[in-house]
Formats: sequence, structure tokens, C-alpha cells
Amino acid sequence: MRSPDLGFRIGIGVFAAALVIIVIGIGITLANDSWLSLQKFGLNFWRTSNWDPVAGEFGALPFIWGTLYSSVLALLMATPVALGIAVFISELCPPFLRAPLIFLTELLAAIPSIVYGLWGIFVLVPVVRSVETTLPESVRTLPVFSGPPYGVGMLAAALILAVMVVPFTSAVAREVLKTVPMTQREAAYALGATRFEAIRAAIFYARTGIIGAVMLGFGRALGETMAVTMVIGNNPQVALSLFAPQYTMAAVIANEFTEAANALYQSALIEIGLVLFIITLLVNMLSRGLIWSMARQVQVKAAA
Amino acid sequence: MAQFQIRYIALTLAATLLTACGGGTAQPVTADNGGASGGSQALQINGAGATFPNPIYSKWFAEYNKLHPNIRINYQSIGSGGGIQQVTNQTVFFGATDGPMNDEQLKAAPGPILHFPTVLGAVVPVYNIPGLAGELKFTGPVLADIYLGKIKKWNDPAMAKLNPGAKLPATDITVVHRSDGSGTTYIFVDYLSKVSPEFKSQVGVNTSVKWPAGVGGKGNEGVSGLVTQTPGSIGYVELIYALQNKISFGSVQNAAGEFVKASVDSVTKAAAAEATTMPADFRVSITNAPGPGAYPISSFTWLLLYDDPKDKAAGKAMVDFVTWALTDGQKYCADLGYAPLPSNVVMLEQAALGRIKVS
Amino acid sequence: MNVRRTPPARKILSALFVGACGLGVVVALIPLAFVLFFVISQGVQSLNLDFFLHNPRPVGEVGGGMANAIVGTLILTGLAATLAVPIGILSGVYLSEYRGSRFASTVRFAADTLNGVPSIVIGVFAYAVVVLPLGHFSTLAGGFALGIMMIPIIARTTEELLLLVPNALREGALALGATRGRAVFSVIVPAALPGIITGVVLALARIAGETAPLLFTSFNNAFFSTSLTQPISSITVQVFTYAISPYEDWHRQAWAGALVLVTIVLICSMAARTAAARVGRIRGQ
Repeated sequence: MRSPDLGFRIGIGVFAAALVIIVIGIGITLANDSWLSLQKFGLNFWRTSNWDPVAGEFGALPFIWGTLYSSVLALLMATPVALGIAVFISELCPPFLRAPLIFLTELLAAIPSIVYGLWGIFVLVPVVRSVETTLPESVRTLPVFSGPPYGVGMLAAALILAVMVVPFTSAVAREVLKTVPMTQREAAYALGATRFEAIRAAIFYARTGIIGAVMLGFGRALGETMAVTMVIGNNPQVALSLFAPQYTMAAVIANEFTEAANALYQSALIEIGLVLFIITLLVNMLSRGLIWSMARQVQVKAAA
Repeated sequence: MAQFQIRYIALTLAATLLTACGGGTAQPVTADNGGASGGSQALQINGAGATFPNPIYSKWFAEYNKLHPNIRINYQSIGSGGGIQQVTNQTVFFGATDGPMNDEQLKAAPGPILHFPTVLGAVVPVYNIPGLAGELKFTGPVLADIYLGKIKKWNDPAMAKLNPGAKLPATDITVVHRSDGSGTTYIFVDYLSKVSPEFKSQVGVNTSVKWPAGVGGKGNEGVSGLVTQTPGSIGYVELIYALQNKISFGSVQNAAGEFVKASVDSVTKAAAAEATTMPADFRVSITNAPGPGAYPISSFTWLLLYDDPKDKAAGKAMVDFVTWALTDGQKYCADLGYAPLPSNVVMLEQAALGRIKVS
Repeated sequence: MNVRRTPPARKILSALFVGACGLGVVVALIPLAFVLFFVISQGVQSLNLDFFLHNPRPVGEVGGGMANAIVGTLILTGLAATLAVPIGILSGVYLSEYRGSRFASTVRFAADTLNGVPSIVIGVFAYAVVVLPLGHFSTLAGGFALGIMMIPIIARTTEELLLLVPNALREGALALGATRGRAVFSVIVPAALPGIITGVVLALARIAGETAPLLFTSFNNAFFSTSLTQPISSITVQVFTYAISPYEDWHRQAWAGALVLVTIVLICSMAARTAAARVGRIRGQ
């Protein structure tokens, strides 16, 4: 290689390496600073639900429960909507509507989380509270709807998360659907398929990528902090009820980090951060892997 | 061509750098860099802690800045737990708390930390019952049972007995507490533990406790916010938060058996009993104070200062400020619902301020 | 001839499906409309000159504004850009120039990972790496946290845009005897520059709205400050503080702050769209 080219490669490579170093740095810092807590509690940290900073007992089960519960719930609500949007924009909508709709879904994604939180406190929570109070008694006895109608709680958090996740999943699903070759749909139509059946064929073809898009939304929901902490009630308990105030990993770090008054407390919070980091890492890797494998599948089949 | 591009990129970078550095002619000296005499150069001192005294502190710092424009004291109300943590870590210059640091916390600090009481305040039980006429009466044991989750509805017999005339609804009581480490919590649970042995054993006394029930709000602000927006809720906040936001609050039965509502007067009476026996480090609890007319959930609130600060200029500035707060500053208390310090406490503190090494 | 018609059941199902998709669009747009409606209607009432020119008043007193917060957000994003633009763009250049190499795959993986790290975790990292060694909260720590979040966005958009540049340009430059570096910086990057700038603007808009990483890095400041080593106020943290408070006046100001944030985001998005459209048209010719 000519010397100036090598110089160029190394010069730029340094900056690119900075990126890698930062990521590795995050992992190392988190692991290092949570060592105290990891050593003291081990796996029990994630099996016990007694979060008692005063007594020095840190059981983080409520947080992982709250995070997973809210994210899964959000996913259940968001995925049909997101896929509906993706299908509508890419397959069904008239061309003049396409650009404005894409712009609007991007706007949904661009609104800062704190604005969603603000709206959540003053608009969504009162609505949820009135829904909770007007539910008939018979429904209120079910464990999933039990408890006083605070308004703040799992339901409000899941709703806000769903709204925030929809644009991400739909954008990726749209891209994925775009890669499905037209021949698939044409073949379906040629066989006499209705609109629905042809689209269903395309979705089936792109199923790996679509699952990847859904996982991406899941990863987004897992890490969301501000909007959730403003409407979830901030109570570390493992509860089934949608009405119960609960807590997520990101929210507890945001609320309690500045006052972790001793090394063990801070280390426990950082361990929660470490686990959050690892979980989102795995989910995002899985999602990208799925999307990438689908793209490759399309390439291979196209070449064949 | 390349030169043009390089110049373009350099220009863009320079522009962003300029916005980042701001107009830095008079660079404020930080409180940790060992500033100059603080005469003409602006001195910024950072502190954090209790939300309980935030209204009076923010008034004080604004007024003091008017008197001494080059001294800017930036106070962030993040809760007493945060104040203790940040001052221990020395990420802020001073802390503020309404729950005094215990011996273990003091030992964990890199140097001796002194407590300086600034004002007296009250923690009141606020509630939101739409359509309720008149005020509610509470006793300590009843409040403890509500917060233990044993009294679940507003029209529970215990509440009805205390408030015979009131039309208490059959709704659930939504219990609101603090989600962050809080001196206000400390004062409240300190009182409840004194009047309810079950509360003491189940929950205990600290800035952050394991609440058996309820929803968490961040800061006095968060609890007030939740109570105002949640019908059927009960919470505990500093008096000024109830007054400023026009939230109903009840009277509490004191050690002498009277039902007393929090006020500057009743808080002053609570302090009077203890003021003569003030310990040298000023860490004292005045909840459930004896004597007529005393409000049972009263407390001092303290500023936390190192006795040997690294930044002498900031140390001197803070000593000057505290001296002002203990004298001239006290006149702002009554308007905001805080009670001024008893005069013998002020004298003791002025003597104690001399312990801070400022040169 | 008997042309077999589609049985009505399948037709109905198809129509229902199309309807469901349309419904999905409406369902998604309802919260958007709701949020925008409230932000605009509540925020506009409280946007006055005071809001932009004054600092916050003592707790409980009515009035004052978010001047220090607005300046704080500008400084923080400027600082973040200073960190992120060089690293991001040059990483993007590396990713596009040396696409197939193993190191590029590592860098790409790192960028995608960093993109997915929750913002609160980045705040913890910045606390450990900047706040603790420095000894206090500072603008630098906040700018560092925001900058880290910007890097992968800029890197990936730069990479994508550089790949769009027609190969003919690169080959032409190399054929004229340019070194790799010359070819990239004199020919390829300028060709993609509008898009790259768009990417930077979009990244800026995104981090201007971040709150979590600032909570324990730049903290907050009641006073007007431009110092890099002191805590600084920001629109997002201020909106958070006001939103969870009980003061009506603070709630008003929170809505106003939210309106400012949404406006910034809207302007940047629209600017990005028009720039992208212009690039597309140039490319199409």
C-alpha cells in the first residue's frame, strides 16, 4: 500500500477505534463499579424482591419484572399498530399520502421522551384513572385489574411505551417489506389472491425481518427512562395488576442515583445499569441478526 | 479544492466550539479550584439536598445574590438523601438535610461535617377528598396505620371516630410517599415511630424506608403533585407546599392530647421545649414535643458544611451567608410558613461557625 | 366461459384487513395529534418574552423564565457536536472506505451497540468518567454524555451517504492520481456533504431532547451560566423538574419548554427532509 494511503487509513482508523473504545469502556466501567454488589449478592440480587437501601438489602427482582412487564405489554399493543402502518404505507396507501404519512410517523419518533412524560402526567394519567374508576366491579376483582385506581401505574407506562415504540418498529418493518421482491406479490396476484392474501404472502416471506423489527421496538422500550418514570408510580413491587404502581430498571437509576449514600447502594444501582446494558445489547444483536439474515436470504434467492 | 473543504470543516468546528465556550470574558471561578479572594470575580458555590426548605433557601439565595452580586449559590433540591450523598462525595460544596446524618454516615465522609440548623418547619398530612367540608383530625397511631396499609378506606371506623361530623367517602385511601431519600420522610417516620411501636419495628426511621404501601413521588414537589391530582389520596409534605398549592391538610394530636394544626406559632412552641437542651452538634429531633400548643411533626432543617473545606474562598462565603441567614434571613421565614430559630440556638450556631477553617 | 370469481368471504376478509391497517394508522396518529395539540395549546399561552429572557424565580413565585435553560441546551449540544462530529464523520468514512475489513465490522457492531445503549446508562458512564474525576457536576460531563450518543448516529448516516456516492467519482479521482485520502476528502465527502450535514442536524435534534443522561452530569443551575466546569441548566431537565412539581406556574412553563423542544425537533426534521429531497433530485438527474 502506498504510504499516504496507509497514513490515511491509520489516521481515520484512530477515530473509528475511539468508537470501539467507548463501547468497551462503558462495559468495563459498569462491570468494575458494580463489582461490590456483584460480589456481595451474586445471583440472589435478581431473585429477591426486597429493595431496602436502609437495611443494605438489595433485591432487584421488582425492577426486572417491571421492565419486562411494561415492555412486553407495550409490544403487544404496539406491534399490530406498527405493522398496520408499515403495510399501509408500503402497500396500500395512495402515492400522494405516502410522504406525509412517513413524515408523521417520523415525527412520532422524534418527539422527546420528556414531552411524552409531560403529556403523560397531565393528560394520559387522568384518562387512565377515570377508565380505572369506571371499570365494573366484576372486572375489578380480577387480579390483573385489582387495586386502587391511582392512574399512575403499569397500564399508563405500557401505553406511553407503546406510543413511543410504534414508529421504530414500523419504520424498520417498512424497510423490510420494501426488500421483498415484487415477484412474490405478482405471483400471488397471478394465482388470484386478494389484496390481503398477497400482502400476507409478502409478510410471511419477510417474517424474519419483521420479527427483527419487533425486537428492535422491544429494545427501545426496555431502555426508556423519563416518560416511564413520570407515570409508573415508582413503587418497587412485583405485582400482576395493571393498576399497581411499579418500577423499572431505568427509572430506579434515574430516581435514586444521586442519593445512593454509600458504596454498596451505588454499586447495586450500577449493577442494574450493567444488566440493562447487557439485555439491550442482546436484544439489539438478535434484532439486527434477524434483519440481516433476512436481507441475505433475499439476496441469495434473487441471485438464484 | 481540498483546502476549501478543510477550511469549511474547520469553520464549522470553530463555530460549534464558539457556542460551547460562550462569552467567557469573566470566567466564573469554580468552588473547587481554589478561587481568588472572591472580590470582583464571580464565585459560584454549588449545593444540593432537602426539598423541605427549598422554598426558603431559593428565596434566600436569590436575595443574598442581590446583596452580593458576585456570590452565586446554586442550590438544587434533590432530597436529603441526595444532599448527604453529594456532600460526602464532595461533588457539591454543601449539603442540606432534614434528617441529620447518623454516626455511620458521618464516619464515611472524608472529613468532619458540621450541621447548622437554618429554620424550623412542619410536616403536614395533606389529603385530597373532593367535596369534603371542614378539616380532618388525625392522631399519630391512625396515621401510622394508614401508612402501614392497615386502614384502607377513608370511612374506616378509626377515622370516623376522630371526625364525627365529616362525610368520609367509602373510597380507598391512596397512600403517597417519597420515592427518593428524604428528610421530610425522616421527620415523618421519626414521629410515627415514636407513637406507634408497630410502625417502628416494621418500617423504622431513615431518609429512605421500605413503605408497605402506596405510590412514590419525587421530592416534596412530586408528592404535592401526586396528591393534587389523585382524588382520595393522602401524603406528607412540608407546610409551605400545602399552603402554596392550596392543598387541604389536617390537624394532628400532640403529646398533650390537643389537636394542633401546623403554623409558625405551633412549630415555635415545639422547638421551645428542646431548645434549651440543644446538643453541641445540633442534631436533635423535636417530633412529638411535649407542651401545650406544640405541633407534633416539627423539625429543624440543617445545612451540612465541612469544618475544613478545600476551597477557602467558598468556605468564607458560606460562613458569611449562614451568618446572614441566621440573622437577617430569618425575616423571610414567616411569609413562607417556616418558624424562625430560637435566639439561643442562633447564638450557639454563630459560635459554632467559628469552627470552620476559612484561612 | 365461466370465470371463477373470488368468493365473497375472502373479499370481505381482504377489505377488513385493509381497513384494519388504515385503522392502525389512525390509532397511531391519535396520540401524536393529542400530544401536539396539548403542547401547542398549553405552551403557546406561556410563551412570552419573559420566558426567553429571564431566569427562574425563587420557588413558589410566579413568573420568570427559562433563559438559562435555553442557553444551557445550546451549549450542551454545541459541546456534544464538537465531540461527536469528528469521531462520527471520520468513523463513517472508515466504514465506507474499508467496508469489508474485519475492523470495519467491529466498528459497525460497536456503533450499532452504542446506538442501542439506554440513555440512562450513558449518564452513569459519564458520571463515572467525567464527574467523579473532576469532582463535581459540569457542563463538560453533560456534553460528553450527549456527544457519545450522537457518535453512532452520525457514523452510520455518514457511512450510508458515502456509499451512495457513485463509484465513478472515486475512480475518476484515483485515476487522476489522487491518494486515497485526497480522493475521499476532496471529492467523495463533498459530494455527500449535504446529506452528512443533514445527519448531524438530525442527531443534534435528537439529543437536544434528551433528559436522562443530564440528570447527574450537567445536573442543573438556578443561575445563568456559560462555564464549562459548572453545572448548567437545560430545557429538558428544567421541564422534568417543573412537571413533577405542584406549582401551577411551573406547569405552564413546562409546557412552554416542551413547545420549544418540539419546535426545534420539527424545524430540524423539516430541514432534513428538504435537504434529503434536494440530494435525491440532484442524484436523480
